[in-house]
Amino acid sequence: MLLDVRSVTKTYPGAERPVLKDVSLSLDRSETLALTGESGSGKSTLLHLVGALDGFEAGEITLDGTSYSQLDEAGRAGLRRGAVALVFQQFNLIPALTVAQNLAFHARLGGAYDPDWTATLAQRLGLADLGSRYPEQLSGGQQQRVAIGRALALRPRLLLADEPTGNLDEATGDAVLDLMLDLVRDTGAALFLVTHSERIAARLDRRLHLGSGQVA
Amino acid sequence: MTRWAFLALLSHWRRQPLQLVAMILGLALATGLWSAVQAINAEARASYAAAASRLGLSQGPTLTSPDGTIPSDTYVALRRAGWQLSPVLEGPIRLGGRTLRLVGVDVLSYPALPDSSALSGIAPLDVLTPPGRLFASRVTAEGFDGDPRLVLSQDVPAGVVLTDIGTAEALLDRPGALSRILVLPDQPMGLAPLADLAPQLSLSSPSATSDAAHLTDSFHLNLTAFGLLSFAVGLFIVHGTAGLVMEQRRPLFRTLRALGLPARHLTLLVLAELLTLALIAGLLGLVLGYLVAAALLPDVAATLRGLYGAPVEGGLTLRPLWVLSGLAMAVVGAGLAGARGIWALVRLPILASSGMALRSVASGLGARHLALAGLALILAGYLALRLMPGLTGGFVMLAGLLLGAALLLPLLVDACLQLCQRRAKGPVAQWVWADMRVQLPGLSLALMALLLALAANIGVGTMVSSFRLTFTGWLDQRLASELYVRAASDEQGAAIERWLASRADAVLPLRSAEITLAGQPGELYGVADHATYRQNWPLIASEPGVWDRVAAGEAALINEQLARRENLWPGDTVTIAPDWTLTVAGVYSDYGNPKGQVMVSIPALVAHHPEVPNRRFGIRVDPAKSEALARDLRQSFDLPEESIVDQAALKASSLAIFDKTFVVTGALNVLTLGVAGFAILTALLTLWTMRLPQVAPAWALGLTRAQLGRLELCRSLALAAITALLALPLGLALAWVLLNVINVAAFGWRLPMYLFPADWLRLFLLALIAGGLAAALPARRLHRLPPAHLLRIFANER
Ligand SMILES: Nc1ncnc2c1ncn2[C@@H]1O[C@H](COP(=O)(O)OP(=O)(O)OP(=O)(O)O)[C@@H](O)[C@H]1O
Ligand SMILES: [Mg+2]
Repeated sequence: MLLDVRSVTKTYPGAERPVLKDVSLSLDRSETLALTGESGSGKSTLLHLVGALDGFEAGEITLDGTSYSQLDEAGRAGLRRGAVALVFQQFNLIPALTVAQNLAFHARLGGAYDPDWTATLAQRLGLADLGSRYPEQLSGGQQQRVAIGRALALRPRLLLADEPTGNLDEATGDAVLDLMLDLVRDTGAALFLVTHSERIAARLDRRLHLGSGQVA
Repeated sequence: MTRWAFLALLSHWRRQPLQLVAMILGLALATGLWSAVQAINAEARASYAAAASRLGLSQGPTLTSPDGTIPSDTYVALRRAGWQLSPVLEGPIRLGGRTLRLVGVDVLSYPALPDSSALSGIAPLDVLTPPGRLFASRVTAEGFDGDPRLVLSQDVPAGVVLTDIGTAEALLDRPGALSRILVLPDQPMGLAPLADLAPQLSLSSPSATSDAAHLTDSFHLNLTAFGLLSFAVGLFIVHGTAGLVMEQRRPLFRTLRALGLPARHLTLLVLAELLTLALIAGLLGLVLGYLVAAALLPDVAATLRGLYGAPVEGGLTLRPLWVLSGLAMAVVGAGLAGARGIWALVRLPILASSGMALRSVASGLGARHLALAGLALILAGYLALRLMPGLTGGFVMLAGLLLGAALLLPLLVDACLQLCQRRAKGPVAQWVWADMRVQLPGLSLALMALLLALAANIGVGTMVSSFRLTFTGWLDQRLASELYVRAASDEQGAAIERWLASRADAVLPLRSAEITLAGQPGELYGVADHATYRQNWPLIASEPGVWDRVAAGEAALINEQLARRENLWPGDTVTIAPDWTLTVAGVYSDYGNPKGQVMVSIPALVAHHPEVPNRRFGIRVDPAKSEALARDLRQSFDLPEESIVDQAALKASSLAIFDKTFVVTGALNVLTLGVAGFAILTALLTLWTMRLPQVAPAWALGLTRAQLGRLELCRSLALAAITALLALPLGLALAWVLLNVINVAAFGWRLPMYLFPADWLRLFLLALIAGGLAAALPARRLHRLPPAHLLRIFANER
């Protein structure tokens, strides 16, 4: 088992009710999992917890034997640099860096930079000619492909994606998703994907639904 | 509608109190700095000018006697011969526990009495008959304000008590004695020459006293330059803060427009708000400036008084001009800054994407256009100097240089950052440099302010320090000997010379004659052939073997004023008399002297002017023994106290007073830097909301908030460092223009430029401190930022 979320409860500061109550789920190596749910049900929150971006008050998350509650901030940052990579719906590229630099950034940060692999990724994502552009000079679909490439360049064990195609039209979204699923399979990473779309969810190995703070 | 809309506008401040504070404080600081410099300058100038013009202290030709006292019989004889004169008797007097200068004048003939308001209500007879009246300013009169004879008059310079000459005779106990006689401007025709009537007296033109005036002017010029620069720095800051406020409220403006508020209406509201803020901040700034000026003025006053004998009162009066100029600065600055925002407001499309768009390439068109404009400005300044030499051209050039350099800054900084980015190895370093380039457009104004502040510091600092060194050199030139003695007659002079021969290391006769040089009054000095001169005389241009040739009577030295005026340099010839022409072997600096001067060997001088008196000597002696020697000399020849001057002590006290100038410039330096640091802080706070989308991805990819905070600090430090490095050449250029263009145009002499690398280092550190302090708050904020806040950046629901 790669990821184990056990009875996690999360309440945002200032909120009266927890967003997540006693949530448990698990994910195997190379498995793909879709998480659906109402807007505001806490999908993104759960993804952020798994991505070691935020803390939680109760329960435990374990990734490859590493317990999150044992980690301090530096430890969580270390996890983000190595084991997990994230793809967000927007605002996920570093505006100051070019496409090529963005692609390599996360891998270099984690010390796992492999130029050949990054070049292959750029090739397969159709970004080879856009290397010297800046994110703002790209279309939404192109940006999202850069984000996916950046995450996979790290060869993470777990790829997290929060509605990665939510901002794209259906055709582009499907193309991006296809690419992502292909690449994830090639790298052997596990995928934890948040989506509103039943259609997309149906394409993954397993699906879970989040409602009233609980998974079903 | 108006009220409601205005309240909506103001609601912004409730949510962003820090911005309100930044805006008001920024404006207040800029205004404060500007008005402090203005106040000091205006005050020093006003009291100096008042004293100089109203009391005639440095006005017109004056008759003096070598031994310091003129018998009143001499005065009577001259008056009988028809000369229009006014006698003066002055001396030290103890009043109210302080030693003041009592100046007794003939109230009927003295050309520059206090204005009539002080005299009204006083019967003329009261002034003329015992116990007489004492005129003094409030400051001077502090210790003896109970004295029934006292009449307060602001026209009398500080430290001076003015009275009738009869009263002065009694108070000083010097009946029948005069200190000097003023020669009044209008004289009847056909008078016998003064030199025939009273050969024992010497007529001095005002040049001796105007030395002080010239040097004082130079000091004021420094301060004015500083004032202008602080104005520029202030403008940048005001521009930055006001721009920030406009920028941040764009969404609000858009909403108001969308809700039906007409664009014109909104514009007027914003204008009214801006004006109110500017006035509040301006008033605050005036108070600040007043406090700073009041704190610094005593030092300035002491500097001017001690250094140049120019009286400046330590107090500060509110002058309407600087109150107005301070307020105008705040309003104009805010208006200039607002204009851009308002222009954008008028054209604001109601439906536009949020103003969060970021330019990722800082070296875009903007920076390049700015740089081109900057180059054009610098070029225009240079052309201005070519086309209209003199002060105006100099100042135009200065303005062009500074503004142009400021406009060039973004491109240069960007180039530096690009270079660093290219050489960066790690991903974080690469990102940091790239990220700085993105931030640059937002920080440009603040960095320009920092650049100007630093350049002003280097420029004015170099000028003041060079001035000090020059002044030290000047003192050394004039005061190389340990003691100076003045004999009452040539006979006594010869006796003193003989007496000293065995007791001093050297006796250097100081002999001079008034001559005409190139059609203007000039001076001819005889110089003894002695190591004192060879080692100390500040030659700015010379031929090899200059001293040997002068000693041999083959060549002459001339002062810088003459050299520049007549364009005479080593190798040229100078005509000293119709039948006497010598090669110029060297040119020496001679600060504060408007007259041309030629120096030849003493034998050559005596050969052409056998009559030159031989009464003044410089004495070289072991400094440890100088006091004893002076005492012996006084006793042996019964010389009055003031005939022997211990120059070592004089030099030390002059320099000590001059050093007070450094307190002032130092304080102003720190203030300008502080203001520039504040500009960076406001800019960083402005950029804050735009920063999060920049740093949040890096955090998500595995950097800790502590790291981000540290990097934020490093970024600011790096920008400050780059700006400081670029400020160095600009500051030196500024100093060069001040010393070589402005000073020459204004005063006819060039101050040599000295470099003070230790000062640069100190300034560099100060710039880093300013940059660090400015970034400390944003960095801390970043460090403490809750992850939930950062996560909102990624939240889908935006
Ligand atoms: N950073 C935050 N601080 C405080 N409350 C938050 C934060 N992020 C989310 N919330 C709240 O927590 C709840 C769950 O939010 P979350 O973003 O996880 O929902 P979601 O399922 O991803 O919704 P959507 O499908 O719209 O993206 C919401 O009520 C939201 O308002
Ligand atoms: Mg979500």
